[in-house]
Amino acid sequence: MTWLNANWPQVIELSGDHLALSVPAILISILIAVPIGRLAHRRPKIGTPLLSAATLMYAIPALPLLIIIPVVFGIPLRSPATMIVALSVYGVALLVRTAADAFGSVDARVREAAVAVGHSPRSVFWRVDLPLAIPVLLSGIRVVTVSTVSLVTIGALIGVPSLGTLLTDGFQRGIEAEVATGVIVTIILALILDVLLLAAGRAAAPWTRTPRAKAVAA
Amino acid sequence: MIEFESVSKTYPGPTAAVSEFSLTVPSHRTVVLVGSSGSGKSTLLRMVNRMVDPTGGRVLIDDEDVRDRDPVALRRSIGYVLQNGGLMPHWTVLDNVATVPVLTGTPKRQARLAAKELLERVGLDPAMGRRYPGQLSGGQQQRVGVARALATDPNILLMDEPFGAVDPIMRRELQEELLRLQTELHKTILFVTHDIDEAFLLGDEVVVLREGGQIAQRGTPAEILAAPADDFVRGFTGVDRAERTLSTMEVDGRTIAVDGTGRPVGVFAP
Ligand SMILES: Nc1ncnc2c1ncn2[C@@H]1O[C@H](COP(=O)(O)OP(=O)(O)O)[C@@H](O)[C@H]1O
Ligand SMILES: [Mg+2]
Repeated sequence: MTWLNANWPQVIELSGDHLALSVPAILISILIAVPIGRLAHRRPKIGTPLLSAATLMYAIPALPLLIIIPVVFGIPLRSPATMIVALSVYGVALLVRTAADAFGSVDARVREAAVAVGHSPRSVFWRVDLPLAIPVLLSGIRVVTVSTVSLVTIGALIGVPSLGTLLTDGFQRGIEAEVATGVIVTIILALILDVLLLAAGRAAAPWTRTPRAKAVAA
Repeated sequence: MIEFESVSKTYPGPTAAVSEFSLTVPSHRTVVLVGSSGSGKSTLLRMVNRMVDPTGGRVLIDDEDVRDRDPVALRRSIGYVLQNGGLMPHWTVLDNVATVPVLTGTPKRQARLAAKELLERVGLDPAMGRRYPGQLSGGQQQRVGVARALATDPNILLMDEPFGAVDPIMRRELQEELLRLQTELHKTILFVTHDIDEAFLLGDEVVVLREGGQIAQRGTPAEILAAPADDFVRGFTGVDRAERTLSTMEVDGRTIAVDGTGRPVGVFAP
């Protein structure tokens, strides 16, 4: 506790850094995984191999990935951008399959009814497929969020500041309280984001919350 | 007016879903396609709004080939009622009814206001507009489906077994409601069912289909009952069934109608 008392401004700052790395990575993961998932659902011939390939990216070890990314994208190794790209790779890998499942969970009869009453293909996607996919999609996004928040810590190994810095620094200097603070605050951040996501998901899918009212005379 | 000009539809497989089907649906009339499951009714109906494009022949609406119409615009101009309501589960009843007006650019407020009136028109409490379809009974959902189909006041209504999934009492109510609406609205209705009683009740004209969209017989319900074309129609319409073979009996000076089993079913008006 004395360590935290003396160092809380640093903890707050690193938490900010942590969020600045994870939130963009989560958003990018969603923006990339959702279209791939939709494509995989619509065109299983292309989609199934694509899903397998994307999922396999999760198997790439972190350190080689962190070294390849600067080469491929022409960005400095010790930069937040490198971390965000790496986290996005893992995020996409985690999310694509759930994204495909999310579109698969949309009742085909509802989609067809939407087309039949005159929704354009674009309108079917934005107003029917996507909102109806949200409940399943959200479960995937929650997994990606928690995973990303915890993965951010490895950035400390290449010198990108985050709560992981408390871990590397604490280990090197043998300060147990610093390590513990790093672990606990990372978990708290993950929990806060998870709760926010749950709330956002409920707000975005009000129809899933309404109990089936007793049907009165038709 | 809807015209089918020897339309065919083949899917990969041994038999055609529909072959060489021709029919004219006159304006402001209700024509019912009736046939057992798989006889091609839905396929025919869906050719009108281009949910299915025929592999042969053409479908004309007011002398214009539907193939020349943009499918999305065409569908918005035609009311379509589906069996399980086909409502969007994530939209309120009001937004479901307002679907097409909103898609075609009517301001949301105005469309919702009009939707409220439509709910009343189909016999629903406008307060129900705030609910989600999942909170409604099957019969109520069908009414919402009808309201949605009427929202742009289209000339044509396509109805694909709209009352097939509700219980018999509710079905009867919905049928009566449709008859009442039609006396006010005079739409051109193409209605699909496998229920011959429903066909006879609703149709100005009834088309009995066999497999592959072959017309077994077409005519008014009275014509078909009076002279079924063959054994297939005879069997399908049940003209030989006990409840349809009525005869008369004199009781205390009144004429009573009795069915084939001798059960009294009504009395002739004096
Ligand atoms: N998308 C499709 N692909 C293959 N076969 C189909 C398709 N749609 C309908 N069919 C076939 O066409 C025939 C007629 O179907 P349908 O028009 O739905 O009949 P109904 O509505 O009278 O039950 C059936 O044999 C059905 O299996
Ligand atoms: Mg059908």
